[in-house]
Amino acid sequence: MEKRKYKEIVDKHTPKENRLYNSLIAFVTGGLMGVLGQGLVDLYSYWFHISTKDASVFMIVTLIFFGCLFTCFGWFDKIVNFAKCGFIVPITGFAHSMMSAALEYRKEGLVTGIGANMLKIAGSVIIFGVVSAYFFGLIRLLIMG
Amino acid sequence: MIYVNAFLFCGIVCVIGQLILDNTKLTPGHVTSLFVVLGAFLDTFSWYDKIILWAGGGAMVPITSFGHLLIHGAMKAASEYGFMGLLMGMFDLTASGISSAIIFSFFLSLLFKPKD
Repeated sequence: MEKRKYKEIVDKHTPKENRLYNSLIAFVTGGLMGVLGQGLVDLYSYWFHISTKDASVFMIVTLIFFGCLFTCFGWFDKIVNFAKCGFIVPITGFAHSMMSAALEYRKEGLVTGIGANMLKIAGSVIIFGVVSAYFFGLIRLLIMG
Repeated sequence: MIYVNAFLFCGIVCVIGQLILDNTKLTPGHVTSLFVVLGAFLDTFSWYDKIILWAGGGAMVPITSFGHLLIHGAMKAASEYGFMGLLMGMFDLTASGISSAIIFSFFLSLLFKPKD
């Protein structure tokens, strides 16, 4: 009884997030990130006369740089508060997770702080990426030769 | 037209991430890991290449492109060296992304203090 009452009170006071609004914001901001990416690809391939494949590498490095820089200035969390997943799912979220871990553990020293903890969150992305890529690559090799 | 496609694809991926985040107890770390696996899965039979042709840079921006680049590099080397190639070429195409993220975060963390 006590437990149920407690749960009722907690439920009443947890702020209700508007899921439809969140999704809409994520769609628009995420879409704008995609447009920005395509714009940068076009810009780089026009400026440096390189193929779109090379230009997309430049674009990814640019986005990672700005993701890191925005985290350093403390802007990234404010943008994520507004833009939700529109900034986490793009590659900027990957940069943010590394940068924030590096900033947070910096006071513990270069090796035991930054070196040991930089990949704390981003490590899961790399590890699951490599394992799944190996697994699916193996399947493709066995099926298609 | 490719800009519209880029908007649509990147937006839809972000909406899926937001829906997972809102309706389950998974953290953003789970969502990004899930999308990397999804990107690798979609590229198993080169479907992601078709998406890139359709959406251009919009398909390279979400974290799914990371999984795509991993398996793409692995398969490229595998076509030359067989099973060992999977291990040799894994980081060929993602090297720029991972290295730049490590280098930028290392040097910027020396310059800046954490803000909360």
